[in-house]
Amino acid sequence: MESPEPQKISLEAKNLSCVRDDRVLFEGLNFKLENKQVLLLEGKNGCGKTSLLRIICGFREQDAGEFLWCNQQIADSNFYAEMAYVGHLDGIKKELTVIENLKMSLALSEAGKYSIDNALSKVQLSGYDDTLVQSLSAGQKRRLSLARLLITKKSLWVLDEPFTSIDKQGITLIESLMHEHVADGGMIILTSHHDLVLHEANVQAINLSECH
Amino acid sequence: MSLTTAFFAVVRRDLILAFRRRAEVANPVFFFILIVTLFPLGVGAHPQLLQAMAPGVIWVSALLAVMLSLDSLFRSDFDDGSLEQMLLSSHPLTVLVFAKIVAHWLVTGLPLLLVAPLLAIFLGLPEQALGTLLITLVLATPVLSLIGSIGVSLTVGLRRGGMILSLLVLPLYVPVLIFASNAVEMAGNGLAVDAQINILIAIFFMSVVLAPLPAAAALKMSIS
Repeated sequence: MESPEPQKISLEAKNLSCVRDDRVLFEGLNFKLENKQVLLLEGKNGCGKTSLLRIICGFREQDAGEFLWCNQQIADSNFYAEMAYVGHLDGIKKELTVIENLKMSLALSEAGKYSIDNALSKVQLSGYDDTLVQSLSAGQKRRLSLARLLITKKSLWVLDEPFTSIDKQGITLIESLMHEHVADGGMIILTSHHDLVLHEANVQAINLSECH
Repeated sequence: MSLTTAFFAVVRRDLILAFRRRAEVANPVFFFILIVTLFPLGVGAHPQLLQAMAPGVIWVSALLAVMLSLDSLFRSDFDDGSLEQMLLSSHPLTVLVFAKIVAHWLVTGLPLLLVAPLLAIFLGLPEQALGTLLITLVLATPVLSLIGSIGVSLTVGLRRGGMILSLLVLPLYVPVLIFASNAVEMAGNGLAVDAQINILIAIFFMSVVLAPLPAAAALKMSIS
């Protein structure tokens, strides 16, 4: 499927800092992410990777600095229509079926490239359509929350440890999905302890432990 | 997707969830019935006294039953991250919160409405007051869910928010209690209740307009 030339988008962070309980997690952090780029956040536990992702999502306020989405302040832009977040919490209701969960995500945002059926077969969950999520395994739940990214039309994926509890085959699968997303002109920001294999893609790595 | 689709999708989702957790959802109604039946046991068999107390007893019990059910409004969404996803939606959170409140009322307020007339007869409330009791319940139970939503969204981030929630929310329920139980009592005595009903209507519209906004803002705060 050849998509038309994607719209030019960018996310820019200027001089960000984050302080938690009088401890400076990072300061003076700058980066600029454009189409077809991946930002990999590295660093030891507790160095502020998740905090930075939560700041990008707007759940937390940064202590200094600013974000620009396509050169506009986040508040004035269509940032939230363009970004998707998969965090430590799945955001999936365990009393609902797989399909019901995906339909809910679809109701909250614009439909993307994949239909629900296609996305499920892509993450190898086809046949589980009407299964209650509580009877899925941890890895399958993770795949389901990633399937959410496929059915919605979002150009920026923010992923917090996407490979947690996913098997080897699943990791390859997710990497290929990420690769496809980037090739389509998307952007990805992720934290991962897993060595990323993303050929061609333009990966920037930031080690937050060094941002003091 | 459009805002209306999102609104109804949230209502529908919460109703399905309520249906799958039937036992949990039935608790407030049983609590309501239980509290009301405790009064005759505690006060003794004094039909006149019970009749005089009926409006107040029913309304206080309804207040407590709704308050007990409030925690379920955002708790599970907060715990499993669904709330984060709603926050990130491009739709205004206020509207999604309003959808959740509507679903909450359908699941907790509406059943109270159905059992209240039975309990009223059980306490010997005069027949001419039954209509007024229903009208006050229709108008005021949504207000309880609406005002309650502000309290829950402030306390959902706290591990043990239960007690603080009641301290926050119960004082705000006082006007509803005063006008609603007063209306039922006056109707029982055959007096006009237009004034109380009008005030309840005003409170209803005011909370529909004003409650979801601070609730959404407080949820954003709780999530950070």
